[in-house]
Amino acid sequence: MSTATHDHAHGHSHDGGHAHDDHAHDHKPYGMMRWLGSTNHKDIGTMYLWFSFTMFLVGGVMALIIRAELFQPGLQIVRPEFFNSMTTYHGLIMVFGAIMPAFVGFANWLIPMQIGAPDMAFPRMNNLSFWLLPPAAMLLIAAQFAPGGGAGVGWTMYAPLTTQAGPAMDLTIFAVHILGMSSIMGSINIITTILNMRAPGMTLMKMPLFCWTWLITAYLLVASMPVLAGAVTMTLTDRHFGTNFFNAAGGGDPVLYQHIFWFFGHPEVYIIAIPAFGVVSQVIPAFSRKPLFGYASMVYATASIAILSFMVWAHHMYTVGMPVEAQLYFMYATTLIAIPTGVKVFNWVATMWKGSLTFETPMLFALGFLFLFSLGGFTGLVLSIVPVDVQLHDTYYVVAHFHYVMVAGALFSAFAGIYFWLPKWTGRMYNETLGKWHFWLSLIFFNVTFFVQHFLGLAGMPRRVPDYALQFAEFNMISSIGAFGFGLSQLLFLYVVVKCITSGEKAEQKQWEGADSLEWTHLPSPAPYHSFVTPPALK
Amino acid sequence: MRNKLVKTISNTFAALTTAATAMSLMFPATAFAEYKLNLQIPNSALGHTIYDLHTIITWVCVVIFIVVFGFMFYAIFKHRKSVGHPASNFHEHFWVEVAWTIVPCIILLVMMVPATKALIQLRDTSEPDMTIKATGYQWKWGYDYIKGEGEGISFYSSLSTPRAQIEGTEKKGEHYLLETDTHVVVPVGKKIRMLVTAADVIHAWWVPALAVKQDAVPGFIRDTWFKATEPGIFRGQCAELCGKDHGFMPIVVEVKTAADYSKWVDSQKASMKKAAVADAPDKAWTLDELKARGEKVYAANCVACHQPTGMGNPPTFPALSGSKIVNGPKEEQLDRVLNGKAGTAMAPFKHLSDADLASVITYTRNSWANKTGEMVAPADVKAARAATK
Repeated sequence: MSTATHDHAHGHSHDGGHAHDDHAHDHKPYGMMRWLGSTNHKDIGTMYLWFSFTMFLVGGVMALIIRAELFQPGLQIVRPEFFNSMTTYHGLIMVFGAIMPAFVGFANWLIPMQIGAPDMAFPRMNNLSFWLLPPAAMLLIAAQFAPGGGAGVGWTMYAPLTTQAGPAMDLTIFAVHILGMSSIMGSINIITTILNMRAPGMTLMKMPLFCWTWLITAYLLVASMPVLAGAVTMTLTDRHFGTNFFNAAGGGDPVLYQHIFWFFGHPEVYIIAIPAFGVVSQVIPAFSRKPLFGYASMVYATASIAILSFMVWAHHMYTVGMPVEAQLYFMYATTLIAIPTGVKVFNWVATMWKGSLTFETPMLFALGFLFLFSLGGFTGLVLSIVPVDVQLHDTYYVVAHFHYVMVAGALFSAFAGIYFWLPKWTGRMYNETLGKWHFWLSLIFFNVTFFVQHFLGLAGMPRRVPDYALQFAEFNMISSIGAFGFGLSQLLFLYVVVKCITSGEKAEQKQWEGADSLEWTHLPSPAPYHSFVTPPALK
Repeated sequence: MRNKLVKTISNTFAALTTAATAMSLMFPATAFAEYKLNLQIPNSALGHTIYDLHTIITWVCVVIFIVVFGFMFYAIFKHRKSVGHPASNFHEHFWVEVAWTIVPCIILLVMMVPATKALIQLRDTSEPDMTIKATGYQWKWGYDYIKGEGEGISFYSSLSTPRAQIEGTEKKGEHYLLETDTHVVVPVGKKIRMLVTAADVIHAWWVPALAVKQDAVPGFIRDTWFKATEPGIFRGQCAELCGKDHGFMPIVVEVKTAADYSKWVDSQKASMKKAAVADAPDKAWTLDELKARGEKVYAANCVACHQPTGMGNPPTFPALSGSKIVNGPKEEQLDRVLNGKAGTAMAPFKHLSDADLASVITYTRNSWANKTGEMVAPADVKAARAATK
């Protein structure tokens, strides 16, 4: 039964234009099989988004355990080894389980609709790339219950600390392998879809910027994920099979691990940030009622950021003892990134300039992104200066910096995207008042949590410590209060989304006056199960 | 309690207001000392250079931030639909794009000048007056005075904050978590070159006021330097995640005047001589002597993992009480303590002296449930060392 349905769906993606197939458009299996066997880009997109939200809550609970322990000096709630495990898996789950899948979910939902295609290029691979995620997530969670508890090695998994860790480390390595495979398959699918399945007339330079950002991100993923897989495989063989890649006593070098890891790790930062740029580049013009300023320069800036991201990895390792020449190079290269990033920010502001602005929830989150992501960019610039970084490296200043980029950057942009496209996805409107509440609560509590961490870092509080000296007590208490507020505000988000799906008012085809991509101009709300059965006619 | 909370909240608001208005990072640090909003006050010329560099760059960022978001907020208030602003349709301007690519380039180029100068100064470890080696262990630091006045001095430095303060059963002291049993003593105004390495995993030697942070990589020696301008006590911490007690291995540097430093060197040399006599290879030890000394060695080196009860925290940190190895032939335990166990948290402890190792092994073999009644003498350790070589 389900096989037959797959073939139907599969057939559609290739010659969906046949009129005699029309009866099958909404023909899909019900119950579990619809989701387990789905090859539909919308169903898979939905699963990615729910998966990512679930992981966001799991990683969020871990963050709250961390902040609860840090509420006061002294050890009150958890043991140091469990604390280290929480910081490790909070990072891994948020990066690989929450943020990355969220944007793959957006890609699945939107790319076929925005380029005028019926579905993704490889629907079965699409299904597999999603269904690899839950087992990987289960491995990460199961690692907590391994003998000796989770691996308290940090999300960066530096050798040789990883050699000491218990069996949880092996589960984690296996999970990273699976997550990497999933990402690579997703990327191949996205690249193929964008390059081959655009409707006639949809040239590359006419694509909505969101598609461009994902095309570039997908290349970053294909290039960097195997590097991470290599790094963790070497860790695995060092642990069990007698190799000495990272062991000086056997002729290896612990710092080699860091070079390999960050050769993946820095592009990873942009793998998270670039799709976020894409979402914001759709939302800001829509609510400014004005086309995106400098479309071409946005494309070039994004590509420049992607290329530069492979050339700056060692700025994460300024204190490791590199030759001074290498430090100079990495400092100069790193500051260069500020230029294309600046161009993007200037373009977004110029898009708003002399527009006709309104401030619905998606726009509020996009502006929150713009403002706070830039702040994170500026602290990044401060950190790029080697002598200053020597003081700030591995302190809470860095923790504050990357949470401005990851949370106020990527997460706020994801919220903007969800509020923006919910009407298109569900055919129903969310509650605007509650959406605005969600924004303001998130904005305020985010800053309460993370702004003060800049001061902690400047004053000398190292990161990844379960306890701290007394002069850090006040700001830690504030930060913990903010974290709980931020965490609770996200339950409001869940409520708004569920309420929208179950009982929201009916949405119009073009819910937002200024939206101009194909999903708004050519498809009803909710969008049909197969996006474009015949390619849209484009001017 | 309530007063404290009120104070905290009012401090928060004060801090946030200042922060929001000016980011307050360039204000004289003393004015805001109680909030600790900025880098620690440096105690070296290089530290001041870095402090100023940070201030300048932060202000450049603040100015750009205000200009860019000034435009954004202007648009938010003036170009909104609710005040009836119609949408224009411009979406390209070649020269504007060129301008906002080139201007940041120039700003960055200018910023790179002081940054490069400071970096070259930071890495210049040539012509030191003294050289000290710092070795990171899980979880303490070891110091060896390699060259210059005090050459030959060698000691370990561990956290001295009592467990009760950490667990919260005792009031926390002023230097909670930032105090150690021994201090790294250095003379003021001398260029101290630090060789930094580690015995087990990566650590980082960091003293903020002296503007030094250097990763300690096992198997490699890196160097860094500082030159303190004022005598005093300066506190830092390990800055690289190194396992369970990463948060509990502080660094305390005590800067003394030249005369006081010489006095300290003399006293260290004298006590080392005394220790050498006490630990003379031919000394005949009794079981009780070894046990008493072993208890101290155990408290300094073993207790973090194996616990005061000897019960450990299995399976990562196995129990010693009732352990097969501790109750078995002493050669096996000697081998385990000297060489560690690869792939586990059990590090080699061959850096400890023969007398220390002999006493701690004797202690574990005659404590808790272990009643071997056996004594391991320093000579046994010496023999075991020779065997592994």
